[in-house]
Amino acid sequence: MSALATTPAAKTGSTLLDLVLRFRALGLIIALTVLVGVTTAMNPRFLSGQSVRDLLFAAAITVLLACGMTVVVLTRGIDLSVGSVLGLSAYLTGSVLAETGMATAAAMLVGLAVGAACGALNGAIIHFGRVPPLVATLGTLYVLRGVIYFVAGGSRINASDLPRGFLDFGNGSLLGVPYLFLVAVAVLAVVGVFLGRYRAGRDLYAIGSNPEAAGLAGIPTGRRLLTAYVLSGSLAGLGGVLYAARYGTVDASAGYGMELNVVAAVVVGGVAIFGGSGTALGAALGALLLTVINNALPVLRIDQFWQQAIIGALILAAIALDRLVSLRAARALRQKGSNVD
Amino acid sequence: MSIKARSKDLWSQTVRWGRALPGKVSRGRDSASVRVLTTWDAAIIAVTLLFLLVAARRVEHFGTARNAGYIVLDLAPILLLALAMTLIVTTGEIDLSVASTVGLTSAAMGVMWNGGMSLESIMPVAVLLGAVLGAVNGLFITGFGLPSLAVTIGTLALYRGLAYVLLGDTAVADWPRAFTGWTLGGIGESAVPNVLIPMLVLAAGFGLVLHATPVGRSIFAAGANPIAAAYAGIAVGRLKFWLYVTSGAMAGLVGVLWTLRYSSARADNANGLELTVIAVVLLGGVSIFGGKGSLPGVLAAVVLLVALQNALRLAHVSTEALTVVTGSLLIVAVLAPNAATAVRGALRTRRRRTA
Amino acid sequence: MSRTRLLRFTTPLLALALLTACSGTTQGDDDGGGPAGDETNADPNAEFATGLSFAMLPKSVNNPYFDASSNGAEAAATALEGTFEYTGPSDASASSQVSYIDTLSQQATDVLLLSANDPNALCSSLDQARAGGTVVVTFDSDVDAACRDLFVSQVDSDEVGLALLEMTAEQMDATGEIAILSATANATNQNAWIDVIKAELESNPSYADMELVDVVYGDDEDEKSFSETQGLLQAHPDLSAIISPTTVGIAAAARYLSGSEYKGQVALTGLGTPNQMREFVNDGTVTEFALWDPTALGELAAYTGAAAASGIITGAEGEAFTAGDLGEYTVGADGIVTLGPPTRFNAENIDDFDF
Repeated sequence: MSALATTPAAKTGSTLLDLVLRFRALGLIIALTVLVGVTTAMNPRFLSGQSVRDLLFAAAITVLLACGMTVVVLTRGIDLSVGSVLGLSAYLTGSVLAETGMATAAAMLVGLAVGAACGALNGAIIHFGRVPPLVATLGTLYVLRGVIYFVAGGSRINASDLPRGFLDFGNGSLLGVPYLFLVAVAVLAVVGVFLGRYRAGRDLYAIGSNPEAAGLAGIPTGRRLLTAYVLSGSLAGLGGVLYAARYGTVDASAGYGMELNVVAAVVVGGVAIFGGSGTALGAALGALLLTVINNALPVLRIDQFWQQAIIGALILAAIALDRLVSLRAARALRQKGSNVD
Repeated sequence: MSIKARSKDLWSQTVRWGRALPGKVSRGRDSASVRVLTTWDAAIIAVTLLFLLVAARRVEHFGTARNAGYIVLDLAPILLLALAMTLIVTTGEIDLSVASTVGLTSAAMGVMWNGGMSLESIMPVAVLLGAVLGAVNGLFITGFGLPSLAVTIGTLALYRGLAYVLLGDTAVADWPRAFTGWTLGGIGESAVPNVLIPMLVLAAGFGLVLHATPVGRSIFAAGANPIAAAYAGIAVGRLKFWLYVTSGAMAGLVGVLWTLRYSSARADNANGLELTVIAVVLLGGVSIFGGKGSLPGVLAAVVLLVALQNALRLAHVSTEALTVVTGSLLIVAVLAPNAATAVRGALRTRRRRTA
Repeated sequence: MSRTRLLRFTTPLLALALLTACSGTTQGDDDGGGPAGDETNADPNAEFATGLSFAMLPKSVNNPYFDASSNGAEAAATALEGTFEYTGPSDASASSQVSYIDTLSQQATDVLLLSANDPNALCSSLDQARAGGTVVVTFDSDVDAACRDLFVSQVDSDEVGLALLEMTAEQMDATGEIAILSATANATNQNAWIDVIKAELESNPSYADMELVDVVYGDDEDEKSFSETQGLLQAHPDLSAIISPTTVGIAAAARYLSGSEYKGQVALTGLGTPNQMREFVNDGTVTEFALWDPTALGELAAYTGAAAASGIITGAEGEAFTAGDLGEYTVGADGIVTLGPPTRFNAENIDDFDF
């Protein structure tokens, strides 16, 4: 049970505000509802089947990557190389499918493996090389992007080169919900359960809160960190496979610049950048919120150029909110007499 | 006191500080890294000089005065940003929003120019705007106590977004030749670029502040151990705030330089440059954890990186290779000192065991 | 305390700004004026020089369209017994192109083939290159006419715009709303075509029932073009047709439409490559689109540059030269050489092409 949940309520005059401050997911859902409501009021087509499907398609890959990023950020790390890993995996999966006659399932495994290998590389540099995650993943961002350019050059994989079944999987839906989104939800469930119920997952929270204490408490920090980065890399690899299935056309610029959106989603979703708290569900909701904002802007006739400024403002608001929450929690704990700084 | 005597005094003071504080502030197992670090600066400077010599010999057109001019123009924005970034990273923080600040000030310049303001008044306003943007960072980080990584990722997106709001996808390109010519030109008839002198003056200024003034010592102290520094009477929060303002002002200056050099104010100017700036700062030996670093190392690293890219381009090496090289250098820059420390530690343990 | 420091900081800057506000260089002061043109005379009977060094600098490498044009240019270079280099930035930005232009001019490249990201930002570097003896031939996307020697246009600007509008009108019965999905907002070529379309919509009575409701920019990026198409259809649900005069844009838009409920209801046309569009022509998303052969474009650009470098033409109107097996070409007004009329692709002829 988290300490936050036992805090005495109603420090502000409003129980709703307190509830929102305590359960970030609730706040995100409220924001989503308000946004969707306002946009639909302006243009009822926003909630039409096509539009919702588009939304879910757009959100799917970001949700997937956000789950992986959550795992890493919880340990007080960060993985800036996800965009490059996604691009590399997408291109290799696509070229394997286009050039050899490999079965679709096997090709998807190739993509996953590529992602896992990149994640392992990151983890090794970070843990064994004792390089800070920011620097290490920044470096691999560059290096892997360069590798993609080497491998792809100016060539491009076209949709017509890929097997029909693969593209149908990427573009099809089940009862109006895209397969891609279903995959993302499934991954979200798995990661959520892993973080919430398995010891290896709970250990990640401990490592993020206080690495030294975690080590002294007997947690195998090295192994956990490596697992976290391999997981993040694999999910980015899976994202690459889904990218290839969805878009069909893959060239050297696939996934370029995606890492900012994923970090934004994670931060907005309530995962603390200094590690130790947050949930995958929150990150997924954050990703969904950002996607809805992107899609709502043209409908609300707001210049698309406001997009990035809004993302930036949201990140700042989110971390300020996080700080407020943690200050209040610390104050409450201090009042109860625990030795929290 | 005569100037000679005063500078001698300053020098001996510097040497004393240089020998004393780092060893005192970070003790024990860290002093090995300090030793590694001081040799890292020397190493990076040596590598840079060696590279320049080899490249001048082996790569055609590299060793010409004209090429040197191009290298100086190419590295000017990176160097100016790296000056302030060095100070910030030494205090243990980071500023990822510098390139977006450059973009926003450039876009603002374009809007002001289109609005009929004179260029002579636009330029200081741009620097001032940069300082204000830096102050916003400082407010969030020191005022609200938020982590600098997250805040500057947020302002990275916010400032770049505002740049797009100001100028959209268009560019303002009708800057007067007198100014753009000066930015691109040389002193008199020589090939020495006009921008070199202000750059050297600023670099010298920052270097003096960091290595020869009490402010500089406070920066090292704040980075090595903020709590101890606070107890020692250093106003850590205020110090960091002004460092962010400085970083913003430098970014504003780079905005002016960039706009005039390319004769183009665009919202996407300097897109992605922050990564290069951090790469050179780390390559120059500044510790990402704070508390250690030197400016000459960073200056050498800037020259090395830009000269390397220039030489590779002249040698017909592909664009992709440049990306891989930059990324690898970044990782190596932090990996190597750690590896060296580990090796040193292992050797010492072995010696102790066999002793 | 901090307020006085703040004032101390900003007052000098503000004072400077105010003082210089009185006298100052404002927009429009500059009288421009590029370098003097080459006054040598053309010799139409001269032979093509051998051993020329060609360099092609596209908007960005890793783009299949430009890859195809480089194949043509390389073939021409080989036929003329010269050397060929294909280089450029990975991001389609003007500032990146400047570094490459500087490098190439230093290497004393004889012929530079350039597709520009911005009409003005490259001028100073191009002027330096030309002063050093390099012949600058732009292709696909032009720069300011004062900064280059010749421009090889794939088709006449007017012809492209008119052809696109004609195809659109055919596919929507000349009634309804249309939107344009372009590349980057600054791209010279796309903007020229869009201007022609706008002018024609106003003046031509047969298009009186067609209305242009929006122009969006996909930045020649697949994902962005995809989501811009999505946004277009959400904001304008009654759209009848989309024109996308860029191969990246039309492919992304086709992909979106073919998976959505708008397939077959919203006409899509523009400039696309047969290989990318074949699938969508076959499944009914796209009826007809147009393009030219980028390989032929690259080849013509190379021959044009070689002709200029060999003194066969100087860029004056009316000069003629033979571009290998492409045939005879004449220089038009403003130093423009046009490849030929656009080719229209539809279900009948699309399988005849492979690029």
